[in-house]
Amino acid sequence: MISCKEVSRLVSASLDRPLTLRERFWLRLHLWRCRSCGNFAEQMNAMRAAMRRLARSPDDPPDRG
Amino acid sequence: MQRGGNAVTEGQDGVIMDDGLLRALRPGMIRFARLQLRDDELAEDVVQDALMAAMAGAKGFAGRAAFNTWVLAILRNKIADAIRLRSRSINISALAPEEEGLDQAFEALFKPNAHWSPQSRPRDWGDPEDSLQRDQFWIVFEACLKHLPENTSRIFMMREFLEFDTSEICKELAISSGNCHVILHRARNALRGCLEQSWFDKGEQTC
Repeated sequence: MISCKEVSRLVSASLDRPLTLRERFWLRLHLWRCRSCGNFAEQMNAMRAAMRRLARSPDDPPDRG
Repeated sequence: MQRGGNAVTEGQDGVIMDDGLLRALRPGMIRFARLQLRDDELAEDVVQDALMAAMAGAKGFAGRAAFNTWVLAILRNKIADAIRLRSRSINISALAPEEEGLDQAFEALFKPNAHWSPQSRPRDWGDPEDSLQRDQFWIVFEACLKHLPENTSRIFMMREFLEFDTSEICKELAISSGNCHVILHRARNALRGCLEQSWFDKGEQTC
């Protein structure tokens, strides 16, 4: 079982590169059992969504379109 | 994609003859460029450049949405060019004290066994879309972005805003891919912590 600290690194890495099969396996196993890391992963996704939104609306960041 | 409704009439000179359109775009472009470049003067220059390029090339845009998207694409390219030009004169490998501070703050989130300490457990942020719809969220978000130390911010913005591949970031800044991942992880954690503290604790009670 990998640690939460290690999971935070893997979740971040997954936004930048494909994870290996082994990494995906351990990550999934951990996320299945750990609510906090599940929240962490959701937060990373939320931040990426916010950055994408920011990058696509120059005149009006609170884009309601 | 074109939207009906507010399409600007296209004369023989194209949509660009509507001066107000560019004037309306400028403040957002400046804010953007400043956030990315952290250099107000350079940001002005880059936006000026992008506007000139937009004026020179604007023909045949039938709608405001298509035009905005196109001008933004130009701006992003100009910012990327400015970063590429500048990056060679920056020693990214030197770890600034603020960056070390971020690492210490990250380590402090965990118990000795490397699991979250009870008070640091990441919380449920709920549906992010609720936050993205609020003006106040974007003020907090930009403030948190500006809080990142300079080098950390630069790499994070290259990755998340300009959407460079990590391999391209490594090449441009002459850093190892391992280092790049460390810096991105550091940036994301700092941003996450800032948002949780400044927005999700105060603005949105999720539990």
